[in-house]
Amino acid sequence: MDLTLKIWRQKDKNSAGQLVTYPLNGISPDMSFLEMLDVLNEELLVKGEEPVAFDHDCREGICGMCSLFINGRAHGPERGTTTCQLHMRHFKHGDTITIEPWRAAAFPVHKDLIVDRSAFDRIQQAGGYVSVNTGGVPDANEIPIPKTIADKAFDAATCIGCGACVAACKNASAMLFVSAKVSQLAMLPQGKVEAKTRVENMVAQMDVEGFGACSNTGACAAECPVGISLDNIAMMNREYLGAKASSENV
Amino acid sequence: MILDSKIPEGALAEKWDKHKFNVKLVNPANKRKYDIIVVGTGLAGASAAATLGELGYNVKAFCFQDSPRRAHSIAAQGGINAAKNYQNDGDSIFRLFYDTIKGGDYRAREANVYRLAQVSVNIIDQCVAQGVPFAREYGGLLANRSFGGAQVSRTFYARGQTGQQLLLGAYSALNRQIAYGKVKMYPRTEMLDLVMVDGKARGIVVRNLITGKIESHSAHAVVLATGGYGNVFFLSTNAMGSNATAAWRAHKKGALFANPCFTQIHPTCIPVSGDYQSKLTLMSESLRNDGRVWVPKTVELAQRLRKGEIKINDIKEEDRDYYLERKYPAFGNLVPRDVASRNAKLVCDEGRGVGASGLAVFLDFADAIKREGQPAIAAKYGNLFEMYAKITDENPYESPMRIYPAVHYTMGGLWVDYNLMTNIPGLYATGECNFSDHGANRLGASALMQGLADGYFVIPYTIGDYLAQTPYAKVSTEHPAFKEAEQNVKAITDRLLSIKGNRTVDDFHKALGQIMWDYCGMARNAEGLQFAKQEIRKLRDEFWQNVKVTGVNEELNQTLEKAHRVADFLELGELMVDDALNRNESCGGHFREEYQTPENEALRDDENYAYVAAWEYTGPGNQAILHKEDLKFENVKLTQRSYK
Repeated sequence: MDLTLKIWRQKDKNSAGQLVTYPLNGISPDMSFLEMLDVLNEELLVKGEEPVAFDHDCREGICGMCSLFINGRAHGPERGTTTCQLHMRHFKHGDTITIEPWRAAAFPVHKDLIVDRSAFDRIQQAGGYVSVNTGGVPDANEIPIPKTIADKAFDAATCIGCGACVAACKNASAMLFVSAKVSQLAMLPQGKVEAKTRVENMVAQMDVEGFGACSNTGACAAECPVGISLDNIAMMNREYLGAKASSENV
Repeated sequence: MILDSKIPEGALAEKWDKHKFNVKLVNPANKRKYDIIVVGTGLAGASAAATLGELGYNVKAFCFQDSPRRAHSIAAQGGINAAKNYQNDGDSIFRLFYDTIKGGDYRAREANVYRLAQVSVNIIDQCVAQGVPFAREYGGLLANRSFGGAQVSRTFYARGQTGQQLLLGAYSALNRQIAYGKVKMYPRTEMLDLVMVDGKARGIVVRNLITGKIESHSAHAVVLATGGYGNVFFLSTNAMGSNATAAWRAHKKGALFANPCFTQIHPTCIPVSGDYQSKLTLMSESLRNDGRVWVPKTVELAQRLRKGEIKINDIKEEDRDYYLERKYPAFGNLVPRDVASRNAKLVCDEGRGVGASGLAVFLDFADAIKREGQPAIAAKYGNLFEMYAKITDENPYESPMRIYPAVHYTMGGLWVDYNLMTNIPGLYATGECNFSDHGANRLGASALMQGLADGYFVIPYTIGDYLAQTPYAKVSTEHPAFKEAEQNVKAITDRLLSIKGNRTVDDFHKALGQIMWDYCGMARNAEGLQFAKQEIRKLRDEFWQNVKVTGVNEELNQTLEKAHRVADFLELGELMVDDALNRNESCGGHFREEYQTPENEALRDDENYAYVAAWEYTGPGNQAILHKEDLKFENVKLTQRSYK
């Protein structure tokens, strides 16, 4: 099929960007979206033009590196799908496809479609862990965990850290991302010990990074490629209130 | 050069404990006087960086991705082995050791593998303590599944996303040390050279992938945890960015590269669908617990199916050949990966393959769904079935999956001794980056085990032994050795940018991959390998005259990043071919057509080839020199591997 692509091109962090139009022909419906961009980039290279920079790595939907805003939607039109797992069969001949980077003040653009998501790492560094050193831990079966709890914790833990939730939110809030880690660890006996300080510190860092407030529209969960549930935000709010009610750092 | 594996004396089961007692220790207050560089933040790198930080060393960690959490360990699906014997089904440390040595076709070191089996039990404890949500039974205890090459259930898992959960555990431990200031993290930074001072590894030269700036970092020791080299083949299950550059450039500085021809072709991947294809997607081996592998019994039926004259359901049960169950009744569909892959190739070569290309076999869940119901199957493999449906647009609950082998893992890597140190003092290699534990074939769920064993439980001990004998004095990055390495990196970069040829980097990479797959893939022979060697040399010559790299160094330049990596693959590919040519036997993933039993099984030559082939670099275009480390087997009897 033949397509018209409108792609955000931006030289670097300090330059202004713009949408540039590229016609692209002969695309197979079985291609992935990123393979379609590979084809475009090979064409540009042959012409001596600079290829479009975009983040990608595993191309299996698990590393969280790919991050495109396609026709106004994070990771494109298919629900529960990362850009790398989106296939061209979901588009049709003659379509115009607009491709932009994640748009959020806390995710500045490095180049073209590549953004800086290091704010996510800094939030995790603020408390997204259980404080145990290597060695000297109890036997893995010493503390039984009900299967239902383990499964719920697993569901929260599947967040791939791609940032689609931020990109989809009109306030560019990171609540879904932060709440996934907070609730995973709050549900498990290993994480409960530090639950209060964790939620306080991670929320504080989220605010420092400049993410917006949550207004409960649910766009984040609707666009999340791995189906992280809004319940996590409710749980985090509860954890946060509980922590603050008894906190020494009010 | 004499290769000293430094395997401790004494009985197999006591070696590691004895060694831990004998190694020198660094006083807690002195640890802060030592700097350690860790390159790569997958399971092996993140666990090492975090643990070394906990111990008090100053760690600098590097990854080329935008965050350490993206490392390709994240994509591991099936699980992680550990000799916990929670299932009471006869598992033990010795059995895990035995299965791994046998699975590796007797080409791994006994002492390393035994240690791996010993620490496997600690890994599971550690991960649970970090909050890794492994699968559990209704009683609240951990669940297990079985995997290829074993007759016990010892694999711990988190649905089909075990690697993700383990990596996020290691990433969380790493984050904690970053927050404490014990680890300084450098994402989007790629190692392009190793720096040696007085014959010891003392630092690295890196390129900042955002600004292009070439920078030096100095330390007392360097750990490479940079993964495998499967992307030599272009199409593989590796991530797009996975590369061998850090390891290869260390090789060019003198580190020996061991057993490069030992590559693992995974039997259950989604088949290639077109020439635009950028990567192959794995369907976890765990699927073989419930899926049955088959092809039509006759060539004629297979042809009619391919042409669309008949449908899958038109093929009667008696006309289906469940060839793994037929040939290997003891292990059935759970034979090791090399055996499963080779048999898939055999039936396709016979003309019984399915799918448009004829290069696929069926993996059928109909019986399992009938037996356990769709919800039970979905609970076990839901995300894999979804992934399959997304890629192929077919519903695997209704019709069988089509699968074909694909390059997945590389057992070869930098040569290391028992301490995981290469032959360069102060340079370590861990995880898939080294060669040490899997022999000629890795068993499923053992890669995660090895990465975390090396990082959490081995290197924290062994690196202390080296550092305790190293003076505190730091080497300045102004030292001539650093300046020379920086100049070397700049020279390669300038050369790549100045060629301005007509052929793209990807085009060269695809051509190399095709040569490797055709002549150094699932089956190899001397004639083909000799041809491949010439073809690779020709391609490499053309690369340095005709490659097209746009842009400049001082910017985010993904084409330049790839060009560096492909330049190294073009050299490594030749070494793989050399190694395959040298090894006149078949073992594990290395199948030389000249050496097979009448039943088409791999025919080992223990008398002449029970050694590690470690290659020394001798300059551009020169023939590498082979060094041998003889493998001694004192605790297992070498037998023809049989899974019948």
